[in-house]
Amino acid sequence: MAVNTTGSEKAANATSNVFNNAIREGLYAGLIAFGLFVLLVGLKTDQNIRNELVIVQRWGLLAIMVAIAAVGRFAYIAYLVPEIERRRRAKAAAPVAVSDEESFLKRNLNTIGLVFLFLFPVIVVMTSGLQGSLKWIDNFGIQILIYVMLAWGLNIVVGLAGLLDLGYVAFYAVGAYCYALLGTEFGWSFWILLPAAGAMAAMWGIILGFPVLRLRGDYLAIVTLAFGEIIRLVLINWREVTNGVSGISGIPKVSFFGLFTFNVSDPNYIAKVFDIPTSGVYYKIFLYYLILLLCLLTAFVTMRLRRMPVGRAWEALREDEIACRSLGINTTNTKLTAFAIGAMFGGFAGSFFAARQGFVSPESFIFLESAVILAIVVLGGMGSLTGIAIAAAVMIGGTEILREMQFLKLVFGPSFTPELYRMLLFGLAMVVVMVWKPRGFVGSREPTAFLYKRKAVSSAFTKEGHG
Amino acid sequence: MDEAAHSMNDPILKVEHLSMKFGGLVAIGDLSFEARRGEITALIGPNGAGKTTVFNCITGFYKPSEGMITLTRKGGEQLLLERMPDFRITAKAKVARTFQNIRLFSGMTVLENLLVAQHNKLMLASGFTVLGLLGLGTYKAASAESIELAKFWLEKANLVDRADDPAGDLSYGAQRRLEIARAMCTEPELLCLDEPAAGLNPRESAALNLMLNDIKENSGASILLIEHDMSVVMQISDHVVVLEYGRKISDGDPISVKADPRVIAAYLGVDDEEVEEVLVEVGDEQVIEQLDAEPDRAHGPSDSSSMMAGSVSDTISHSDDYGERITVSRSASKADQVDRRAAKAASTPPVTAEPVKVAKAPGKAKTVKPAASAKPATNVSRPTAAEKTRPATKAAPAYGLTGTVTSGKPAPAAKSGKAAAAKPSVAQAAPAKPKASAKPAAAKSVAGKPAAAKPAAPKAAAAKPKADAKKPAAAKKAPALSNTLKAPRGGKADRLILIKGIGPVNEKKLNQHGIYHFDQIAAWKKADIEAAEAYLAFDGRIEREDWMRQAKELAKQGATKPAAAKRGGRK
Amino acid sequence: MEYFVQQLINGLTLGSIYGLIAIGYTMVYGIIGMINFAHGDIFMVGAFGALITFLVLVGLFYSVPVVVALLVMMIVAMLLTSLYNWTIEKVAYRPLRGSFRLAPLITAIGMSIALSNFVQVTQGPRNKPIPPMISKVYDVFGISISAKQIVIVVVTTALLVIFWYLVNKTSLGRAQRACEQDRKMAALLGIDVDKTISITFIMGASLAAVAGTLYLMYYGVVVFSDGFVPGVKAFTAAVLGGIGSIPGAVLGGLLIGFIESMWSAYFSIDYKDVAAFSILAIVLIFLPSGLMGRPEVEKV
Repeated sequence: MAVNTTGSEKAANATSNVFNNAIREGLYAGLIAFGLFVLLVGLKTDQNIRNELVIVQRWGLLAIMVAIAAVGRFAYIAYLVPEIERRRRAKAAAPVAVSDEESFLKRNLNTIGLVFLFLFPVIVVMTSGLQGSLKWIDNFGIQILIYVMLAWGLNIVVGLAGLLDLGYVAFYAVGAYCYALLGTEFGWSFWILLPAAGAMAAMWGIILGFPVLRLRGDYLAIVTLAFGEIIRLVLINWREVTNGVSGISGIPKVSFFGLFTFNVSDPNYIAKVFDIPTSGVYYKIFLYYLILLLCLLTAFVTMRLRRMPVGRAWEALREDEIACRSLGINTTNTKLTAFAIGAMFGGFAGSFFAARQGFVSPESFIFLESAVILAIVVLGGMGSLTGIAIAAAVMIGGTEILREMQFLKLVFGPSFTPELYRMLLFGLAMVVVMVWKPRGFVGSREPTAFLYKRKAVSSAFTKEGHG
Repeated sequence: MDEAAHSMNDPILKVEHLSMKFGGLVAIGDLSFEARRGEITALIGPNGAGKTTVFNCITGFYKPSEGMITLTRKGGEQLLLERMPDFRITAKAKVARTFQNIRLFSGMTVLENLLVAQHNKLMLASGFTVLGLLGLGTYKAASAESIELAKFWLEKANLVDRADDPAGDLSYGAQRRLEIARAMCTEPELLCLDEPAAGLNPRESAALNLMLNDIKENSGASILLIEHDMSVVMQISDHVVVLEYGRKISDGDPISVKADPRVIAAYLGVDDEEVEEVLVEVGDEQVIEQLDAEPDRAHGPSDSSSMMAGSVSDTISHSDDYGERITVSRSASKADQVDRRAAKAASTPPVTAEPVKVAKAPGKAKTVKPAASAKPATNVSRPTAAEKTRPATKAAPAYGLTGTVTSGKPAPAAKSGKAAAAKPSVAQAAPAKPKASAKPAAAKSVAGKPAAAKPAAPKAAAAKPKADAKKPAAAKKAPALSNTLKAPRGGKADRLILIKGIGPVNEKKLNQHGIYHFDQIAAWKKADIEAAEAYLAFDGRIEREDWMRQAKELAKQGATKPAAAKRGGRK
Repeated sequence: MEYFVQQLINGLTLGSIYGLIAIGYTMVYGIIGMINFAHGDIFMVGAFGALITFLVLVGLFYSVPVVVALLVMMIVAMLLTSLYNWTIEKVAYRPLRGSFRLAPLITAIGMSIALSNFVQVTQGPRNKPIPPMISKVYDVFGISISAKQIVIVVVTTALLVIFWYLVNKTSLGRAQRACEQDRKMAALLGIDVDKTISITFIMGASLAAVAGTLYLMYYGVVVFSDGFVPGVKAFTAAVLGGIGSIPGAVLGGLLIGFIESMWSAYFSIDYKDVAAFSILAIVLIFLPSGLMGRPEVEKV
């Protein structure tokens, strides 16, 4: 009895300690939030009628934000942390009855995902009609798949070979402009220009890769960033060829191997051929399957290459370059192939992008794109195709879905535009996910060969490369 | 036996005049050595001697500043490694290496590590990826074959159960073995191992020895290894090259190298006083004196001092004075100090040294008095001018011993104890060194009088009770040699070092004992052997190496052949 | 010749600003080995802090002496950016310290994106022009030197001297250098590593805030996306000088400033950034660790 009393007293003490602590932390958080926001939120610079800057005061908003920070921190310390702690303890205390069998969903994740991807347009068309489906297929399906392909391409360079590339978007741009220029100038077909764009990008990969082979780590990162910027600046300034910032428009659409096209005016327009109602959605669905197949090609090649000597050499290079050299591996060639093959997929994605948009401008190839692609690779778990696909879906889909959240206008008033917060949330999400899972969604690595049993390699052992 | 060995002992690797400079620092200076096919060649030396740099030059990680590294393939093709990029050295010249700090692909499985090592072969089989990607060509078969080879080496390395675990998950010893297995998967002709036994426990170390011997016997790969663990070096290597400060100080079979005073000095990384002790034991005052004049403060004892400690008291035998050596900075190299000692000893009459010695003694040790007081007595009672002309007579402890032997008195047994004790004292040098008493004792004995040594004896006894306790017994057990001479016949001694097992140090000692000629040794009887062994602190070696037979032969030839001839016959 | 000297002075002005930002990159890199990608945006926040302070000052007092205004702007901006950088380090970098190398890089990029978009959301996406604060221009032997340029160079020099003193002569600087060499050992010797790192971030942010204030004063306009280009240039400068080396950062900043002003003066203004980046690439190809960086010794 007495023991119980002291026990509960102790618990009560602990609880009050936690609360005191939480209140203090909450106050600190409020104070810091006040300091952070007082100028930038509390005072807004606005232009008046005479085009002069004036200060608009928003103390109410500031108060709300400070309050959110304080209360949020308080709740986190007072409730969330003890809860997490309790769960962890419960988990640790629970008898270890982890079955070796993974759940059905986990085991068949790839198959299920693949089936879903193939059925996606059908499902969307069935649920939201022909016109209603356009947005979903284009903004979500195609958009996400482009990023998946880009991230898978970059994964070869960063995830497998461990070469930090901050200028990957340059190859995307090369592919896009290759198709845009040659397609508009000579009217060549997409099916010819797709491999051409890939080859062109691969060539640029080698050209840019060659001088930077000696560089390692952050020096490599900055030089690749510089190359990315150089290519963008050249696209902006070489107006005679690239038309500068205005970009190139009127890029021809892709045809279905010439059998039928997606231009309403053409005699073999798909609606005419199949005698179905005219709609822009056919082209989108076609593009969706096209990018899906391109993604699968990327995945297939990547998986295949990993089981080949060159793929193993990439990973070995990531783990230890000096050891690689001691084993007779030509690291220069190995790095260049990684650059070239990664760039090639970037080029494919670029030419697809040009075909899909019908318009390219340097605006689409800013550093932010490189950063986003790299973020997807790292968030997904370097080297893991599944993880990267998940990361692309979460990050790109998550921010795209903000556009759809018109109901927020009801909460924040009609002038509220959720899209504005897209990149802000994207940036914050990058931070949160990374702090939560520093090794990305899928941290483990699949071995490429095994003697008895395929066991995933824990991320604790894999390295991230130094060059 | 020599002929048989020669047939396959053509050099696989020839390093000639190799120099490597980093800025102003000379890491390797004009180094030449050979590694013979089918042998295990060990490269040893104190920390910072440049061993790993030599490796990096051989394997192409560094481009040497000067020199030539020639590798001869099995087919007789000769490749100049210093002109090849590192990966080509492995691919074309078939030189594989491991690293001092294990460099595995820790995030890849053990099996994958071994497959990466077969990169070039598989690259070819996969048609440089293109055919393999399309599923054409022989890649599938080659891939299965490479897994078989990996499995073979996994079995050798006793890692086959761990094949599918990440390499980073293995224990340290297993990682070492895996690194060797991985190097072997490149199918090398020369395997370079950088401290393969570092950090291994004795059992793992023994397993490693077996593995290396097995590689040598069965895979046709020759091995070049850097090692600190002397048990590994002595047990498995056929040939040892010793480096110090980037120069070669010794080269030969493990036993001879182990006994080379320069190696001992270099390896013990002795302090000045300790060098002195070594020298006292070896017997030379000029160097001691010189050391005092030029103290070497810059170089403390190296941390590997323990490694050869056992061998010093154990055996002093042949050393190779004819190897090339280049002086680094004066007083830096311990081996050099020994060399300079030898050179000085040959040129300077010892008589002149004595006053200097006395003058210097006060500055050196606090216990000046006994030495000084001993001095006059020395002069009076020292009659053996003949002995003095010989550098050998300078071995102070041996002097004490000579006294014992010639007089046959039991009293100086304590002194002979001291003399013998000087040898173990090198091993114990670190603990014994601070004791001033050890030094004056040495100084006195250098002065060389039995009388002088007497006052010192109690002190020495106090300093090293253990040695003392042991030695009188040894002295009692070992009677005097039967056929000693006061001076060599005709004033000219035979070159005893021509006998395998006798080095210059022991030659001097034997001379001090009154042994100058081959026929004297040839005439030794069992008792004499025992006596000699006691003085030289050898146990059973004289018999084992059959000095008498050697001596008989040499006496018959009656000539002092150039030592080089004998050297060729060694090994 | 006069034209050349003129460009030299322009380059010096620009280079001073780059140098101030570059120090922040290089210090953070030196101490925790990561590229603080958000640093450019910290600079932008500093410029915005100075802008808002300026508007408040003008609104409150109508007329303020320029020196006082500049000083207050700088101090407020410094406080603001210090708080931002301190918070960012605590929230986004500290939990990932010792974790795998790309993770803090990604959070840094995330923070950079978040910061610029935060300012965009709260302050609007438009350019923010202010009336010129100092308009005096001196004519020295046919070369026109504006008072703004003099202020920039003088302030930068003064700051560098103070900063040099802090890093080289105080125990704080010693602690920083110790953490740079070996964080674990420094901790064992009783240095509060967390605090030292926080102070490093605060110092970097303060310099960036001064750079932001000077930038606002010099160009008279700022926009939410202004963090990126000067940020990347300053980062380039830091790498060019040898990342981790503080004198290198200043040297690199000046070099980038000179290259830009010379290229726009003699070649094409369109390609000035291309020139800067190309020179970076060329320098790094021949000097893989920058002009003053410690060469990365490949230990085999």
